[in-house]
Amino acid sequence: MDYNAINVLLVEDNLDEAELAMRQLKKNRMNTRLLHIKDGEEALDFIFATGKYDGLRDLQHSPDLILLDIQMPKLNGIEVLEKIKGDERTRSIPVVVLTSSNQNPNVQRCYELGANSYIVKPIGIENYTEALKRLGIYWQILNIPPG
Amino acid sequence: MQYDSIDILLVEDNMDDAEIAFRELKKGHLANNLFHVKSGQEAISFVFAQKKYEKKYKKRPALKVILLDINMPGISGTELLQQLKNDETTRDIPVIMLTSSRETEEIQKCYDLGASSYIIKPLNFDAFAHAVKDFGFFWLLLNEAPTTRAEL
Repeated sequence: MDYNAINVLLVEDNLDEAELAMRQLKKNRMNTRLLHIKDGEEALDFIFATGKYDGLRDLQHSPDLILLDIQMPKLNGIEVLEKIKGDERTRSIPVVVLTSSNQNPNVQRCYELGANSYIVKPIGIENYTEALKRLGIYWQILNIPPG
Repeated sequence: MQYDSIDILLVEDNMDDAEIAFRELKKGHLANNLFHVKSGQEAISFVFAQKKYEKKYKKRPALKVILLDINMPGISGTELLQQLKNDETTRDIPVIMLTSSRETEEIQKCYDLGASSYIIKPLNFDAFAHAVKDFGFFWLLLNEAPTTRAEL
């Protein structure tokens, strides 16, 4: 796999939800090269080309979009967000935060840390799929990512 | 108009484009809380409850999103973006830059200044209307807005 060619990074520990997301995002746009990572630590390794991704990609070719579930075991999503937005090499990558519930205390914190958007995953497969479609129309097609 | 219930601010000097945007959002029943200003200066007065907007509110509007044309006379879109991001009462509001240009440097600069998103105005009428519809659906219905509420 060419890690420099990844245009969407999906960071999601729930495999069913990840499956739905991958299917919908690939449907939204041709040439979607999506990488699914299941935990925060590995996500950071990918983003900063460290650990198992050391030497496998360079930071100049960043994804156009990161979908980041903030409720994950091990390193939690908010810390991942903080690291991405705190580093000038990666700070302008669009990050859409995803959460399963109305954990409102996190909304403010995520925006303060620089999240581009915050989505509460609707309940039900159809509703979630529809949300992913809308999200994709906006972030994969309409939005112009940084150079 | 209920000033303090406005949730989308459109900053656009081109009246035709503003008209299209308003009409599309209205079709999606999303225009009720849209406010349009024609310049960066007026946007500042509106957002910070100054000058002609000073006595209009009980409290400042809790904006869910600001849609901002980059190319405006007077205060430019990027200058306005900077001012919004430098103030803690407006810093977290998603700001979407709207432009006719695909200039890479400008795009990067907007993201560096804290813009949440960058959209190129389609040249075609239908495409523009469509983009407004998608925009409205995403930012007003799907996205969860920040919770800062600036009290006067």
